[in-house]
Amino acid sequence: MAGTGTAHLRPASEALLRVEDLVVEFPAGRRKVHAVSGVSLDVRRGETLGLVGESGCGKSTTGRAIVQLPAPTAGHVRFDGADLARLSGKHLRRLRTRLQLVFQDPISSLNPRRKVRDILAEPLRIWGRGDRSEQDARVREALDAVGLDPEVALDKRPHQFSGGQCQRISIARALVMEPELIICDEPVSALDVSVQAQILNLLDELKARYDLTLVFIAHDLAVVRHVSSRVAVMYLGKVCEVGDPEVLYARPAHPYTAALLAAIPVPDPRVRPRDDHALGGDLPSPVDPPSGCRFRTRCPRAEQRCAAEEPRIRQVEADQYVACHFPLTG
Amino acid sequence: MTSRAPAPGEAPVGFKVNARTQGRLLEVAGLRTRFRTPAGVVRAVDGVSLTLDRGRTLGIVGESGSGKSVLSRSIMGLLPRRNVVREGTIEFDGERIDTLADRRRRDLWGTQMAMVFQDPMTALNPVLKIGHQITEGLRFHLGLDRRTARQNALALLRSVGIPEPERRLGQYPHELSGGMRQRIMIAVALACGPRLLFADEPTTALDVTVQAQILDLLAAQQRERNMAMVLVTHDLGVVAGRADHIAVMYAGQIVEMAPATALFGDVQMPYTEALLRSIPRLDQPRARRLQAIPGRPPNLIAPPRGCRFAPRCPYARPDCHAEAPPLVESSPGHLYRCWYPVGGGAGTGGTAGNGGTGGTAGNGGNGSTGGI
Repeated sequence: MAGTGTAHLRPASEALLRVEDLVVEFPAGRRKVHAVSGVSLDVRRGETLGLVGESGCGKSTTGRAIVQLPAPTAGHVRFDGADLARLSGKHLRRLRTRLQLVFQDPISSLNPRRKVRDILAEPLRIWGRGDRSEQDARVREALDAVGLDPEVALDKRPHQFSGGQCQRISIARALVMEPELIICDEPVSALDVSVQAQILNLLDELKARYDLTLVFIAHDLAVVRHVSSRVAVMYLGKVCEVGDPEVLYARPAHPYTAALLAAIPVPDPRVRPRDDHALGGDLPSPVDPPSGCRFRTRCPRAEQRCAAEEPRIRQVEADQYVACHFPLTG
Repeated sequence: MTSRAPAPGEAPVGFKVNARTQGRLLEVAGLRTRFRTPAGVVRAVDGVSLTLDRGRTLGIVGESGSGKSVLSRSIMGLLPRRNVVREGTIEFDGERIDTLADRRRRDLWGTQMAMVFQDPMTALNPVLKIGHQITEGLRFHLGLDRRTARQNALALLRSVGIPEPERRLGQYPHELSGGMRQRIMIAVALACGPRLLFADEPTTALDVTVQAQILDLLAAQQRERNMAMVLVTHDLGVVAGRADHIAVMYAGQIVEMAPATALFGDVQMPYTEALLRSIPRLDQPRARRLQAIPGRPPNLIAPPRGCRFAPRCPYARPDCHAEAPPLVESSPGHLYRCWYPVGGGAGTGGTAGNGGTGGTAGNGGNGSTGGI
């Protein structure tokens, strides 16, 4: 399997969020979809972890399993010391207010029939945070923080906003509970490049202003580079490579990371599209994943050993860890 | 991509093959498309002129709402008649096609021009098998019998790199991955051997790795068939290495148009510069902040009186808001629409230092917090 192991994890005491051997499986008739198979990750307070991979690699499922939506099949999710996977009912819900999610499609993740005011105030009402006027002030502050004018926005409904503005509203909704960690699931994939930059800058600003820790899920390495302090690349439910973005982008160790990097279009006609690391084919089915390294069926460097034996994550540089038998560096 | 089967669509049965491989294929002049809506008349395409030669690629780039998709649909004649006002002329292969009756226009679709849509899941019919959707055009437009159409469909699927084509013919769209579905869309579009292919954001819904595969596939098919292509996208990176000419659209108009190398090497229009700068790039040092374009495109019911980009332009001066700049030529074939072009390459702002938005626009001027 492209990557089990925990060599890349830092001491548990340093991490705000620590995911160990996370497994998520869904029933598919008599068989099982192996969506996430033994993923370990950690995020320190104030860090941004970029989680990257193609559709179907399990990155969103990982993000959701962290907040127990749905609860993982196996593994630990430690948030500030508490294991979310062991908590239940009231305790889980209470702890979960400190983690928030921002989804990919800003329009479908907002209730079209409710006003922005009600969308943002709902979590405050549920948890009884403050009285009406305090809640109202909190909602206004959140809208203001994401660059929307509360006077104009409060009484409108989502369809009256553009995609970029809806994403701002979603971010404001995540902010009202004053969370410590926000999991952003492809927050800019549905947006134009010009608007993408606005939202990325906004997230960066908010992170500094509210002392946030972010998990930023994306399929595009270029997008993640700008916001992440650490990047983890996933493939078919496994972690391939984890590291400092500067190192990982300059000298990718995993052939899959190299392929992802090569696929990013360069806005310069003199640069010919590169095909030295180009990926052929499609993601194999997670119902019946390849033996050994899960990436081997599309890997240009695959050998017999890759089918027989699963690579474990190991260190190749100061802050670069890879799960590959034949890495490009190290 | 894969085995080169007997090129499908390459006229198995007699459709008019134009022997010429060079010269003008498409000429659009003064095209305007307006939609009558309860809120007012939306000027979606507002005076666009362009040409495309045989076998060449034109990239059309712009944000959502810039009119780029309406432009390609207008050229192909895919818009409804009701509440749509059209002006201007469209010549295809020397013939006016904007005045054609619907029946005649249908003869153009498939065999002369075809379109690959952005979202293959909604563009393909979910309740029909793949085989049916590919052979439909072959049987309707080319009059093939069931067997020959099936043979052609198999060859098409092979040529667009689909494994196990026999099995795929009997499958439904939902049984395939997004990348596979887009390959099917391309096979459907190529089936009758069109001479002009519109690709409307063909890779926006796909992963970067699959995006590269699909763009390579389109380029290979284009070369093989000497087919002209209009590649519509919001990402300048996608068209950079793949289009001969690039037209940048903003608020229904072309604001800059040039051969690809000229456009990237010698940006004139501040909007193009802003689009380029907002792309997160790997070949440049990691900046803490991306350069976002503040605000958003104008309302096309009542576009600004002056330059339509002025409210968001960092270089705008008071007169930019007063009078609309015409489309002028900086060097042969390089057109732009700006009073104070940036000139001298993407890096330098020729008239920088004006800052802000000139104070006349409602849009926020701050890089990250475009207002409502």
